[in-house]
Amino acid sequence: MLAILTPLMRVIEIPMTFLEKRLGMKNPAWLFLLPNLLLFGIFALLPVALNLAYAVTGSDAILLADRPYVGGDNFSALLQCDSYLDPNSCKDDLFWRAVHNTLLFVVLQVGLMVTFSLCTALILNRDIRARGFFRAVFFFPVLLSPVVVALIWKWILQREGILNAWIDGMGWQTFNWLLDRNWAFGWSVFLSIWAHMGFYTLILLAGLQAIPRDVYEAAKMDRATPWRAFRRITLPLLMPTMLVVLVLATIKGVQTFEEVYAFTGGGPGTATTMIIQYIYETGFAGAPRLFGPASAASLLLAAVLVVLTVVQLWLNRNNVDG
Amino acid sequence: MSNHLTKLKLTSAIAGFVLSAGGVAAQELTYMCSSDGTECTTAREIFDRFEAENPGVTIKIDEVPYKAILESLPVQLAAGTGPDMAKVTDLGGLSQYYLDLTPYVDAQYWEDSFGGTLDWYRSGPDDTGIYGLHSQLTITGAYINKTLFDQAGIEVPGADASWDDWAEATRAVAEATDTDFPMAMDRSGHRIAGPAISFGAALFDDSGEAILVDDGFTGYVQKFVDWHNDGTMARDVWAGAGGSSYQDASQEFINGELVYYYSGSWQVAKMDDNIGDLFDWVVVGSPCGEGGCSGMPGGAGIVGFSGTEHPELVAKAIDYLAQEENYAEMTAKTKNIPAHLGVAASGVEYAGATEGAANALNAWGAQVGKVSPVAFKYQGYKNNRAMFNITVERVTQAIVGELSVEEAMERAKEDLAVALAEAE
Repeated sequence: MLAILTPLMRVIEIPMTFLEKRLGMKNPAWLFLLPNLLLFGIFALLPVALNLAYAVTGSDAILLADRPYVGGDNFSALLQCDSYLDPNSCKDDLFWRAVHNTLLFVVLQVGLMVTFSLCTALILNRDIRARGFFRAVFFFPVLLSPVVVALIWKWILQREGILNAWIDGMGWQTFNWLLDRNWAFGWSVFLSIWAHMGFYTLILLAGLQAIPRDVYEAAKMDRATPWRAFRRITLPLLMPTMLVVLVLATIKGVQTFEEVYAFTGGGPGTATTMIIQYIYETGFAGAPRLFGPASAASLLLAAVLVVLTVVQLWLNRNNVDG
Repeated sequence: MSNHLTKLKLTSAIAGFVLSAGGVAAQELTYMCSSDGTECTTAREIFDRFEAENPGVTIKIDEVPYKAILESLPVQLAAGTGPDMAKVTDLGGLSQYYLDLTPYVDAQYWEDSFGGTLDWYRSGPDDTGIYGLHSQLTITGAYINKTLFDQAGIEVPGADASWDDWAEATRAVAEATDTDFPMAMDRSGHRIAGPAISFGAALFDDSGEAILVDDGFTGYVQKFVDWHNDGTMARDVWAGAGGSSYQDASQEFINGELVYYYSGSWQVAKMDDNIGDLFDWVVVGSPCGEGGCSGMPGGAGIVGFSGTEHPELVAKAIDYLAQEENYAEMTAKTKNIPAHLGVAASGVEYAGATEGAANALNAWGAQVGKVSPVAFKYQGYKNNRAMFNITVERVTQAIVGELSVEEAMERAKEDLAVALAEAE
């Protein structure tokens, strides 16, 4: 490796030396970082700044010059509630319904997904027959587009779908799964877990395989039961990986949109409307297009995601340091 | 030297001519089109003739889903990246982007031919421009599965039957024939507006300001919600979706799962093509209430956009479609009701239409006279799209039980106030 890198570094040194010694540049590294910084600025920082500008302006005009400054009105309209636990008491009840749905979705989806992923990883970590095949099977849904995932499950669960055809064939009473608020929400959580579980299983499997075998052998010699070995060895040593999975899944869960939108359209009513759908519909699908409230809501969401990302970075650093 | 300069000038002149000729040859117009049946292919056929008569001009048709016209086109227009022309249904809502065709067309011909529908594209009462060719005049109303009525031995309610009469009759038919749903209505604020107007909804106050909710509107919504709860209306259509997204029930009707389907005249071609001899279907228009027996007028029109680089050519292309023989051809092939007064007066020969489709189109034509003035005003109101969306969202919440009808109507009023304030 060093044999390849050394000549490469010498090649890079040529323009660096030229810039430093001939042109007198004190820190030429900036010159090399500039293209990336420009791209980052145009495609990441500028949209954030524009988002902020839209959030503090009103009207349905798309050009900032045509939008009057309204200060924090869009934020206060979103946050105005008698009780945050009751969306009906809020000025923008649809926003709070979406917030409630997203929170419940994240708690259920992340909790269940991490549990199932851990169980699956533990099974796939054992010396079972066709282990490679099962690993591929569990990972396969991750490769599918969210819309494909949604359509597959919609075909299964709709009124005249495969599940009802089977139920009808058995002589039982069919049920309209996607018209019931609780069932529609439950199935949305299920399909999201089905679609993403393979990815987290893979991470946990890598974490399990990093645990040294000799620790288990020592525990076995001390006559530790499998359950005790799991609680005292596997879980503590897997905890750093688990925490990363937990934070990554939470971030992904908060951002849920495509699969649930294509699956239920946010319905019945607002039963499966998530925060991203609220932003999309307020800003783009409604009439007039309320860019201000949509931008304000997306900034509030961004603040939550920043906190989660900081937690993830902190956990990662602790993992590396630890 | 002089000879050399002359050659250089000549070469430059030829090059300039070739380049400018190339510029003319490259005149391409884009037309964003969505289709319920054959609208885009019929436009293609007529534009082919236009291209033949105007060498060097090409019209590229981008056929897109209806949702793209509703959601993507306004954003494209606002960003200045829209097409040259499009078939739109938010007639007044996009008026700020329209190209005024007046300087390029025979304004008197357009006024004489299209009369009142020109107003639907204008930004307000003071606007006298000519912006849109109303290519597809539609009326909302109902289709019934006549075969199911016959099988049940139940008489079809008459032309002056009320909504309650129809609900009762369709429930009886569905029960007798073991059909899944007695009634269904498209999930659309435009669709529910006609029945609400028939129930006495005024939608506007005495000064002409939009109010949406009044006793008549609330009365129909209450009945509509009750019908969803007692199984008269198919819940899948309204309750099965979220937000303000559009959903129709044409497939349920075509599948024979529905006795009564409230939609509109634009479905004729689809019914004709898909039902065939499977069962008899009949247009019955709109049921009656204390406010009349009104459906909602509407439809789609072809407009040019002011951002085009070829305004004269865009106007010429739209004007070509507006000529009586071309318009008559377009109406006949797409199986629509004509908005062109001359074509309507001459009558349309729906070539290739089955007897059922021809009867249906005539029945729809007869419904035009029953449309309430309130419905015409609502269709021409530039912020009607906001009112349609609010209606869908809040009525759905009442249907699924998230809000009571009273709460939903209060929310609708608040939503409208916010929307109108932002739209101004």
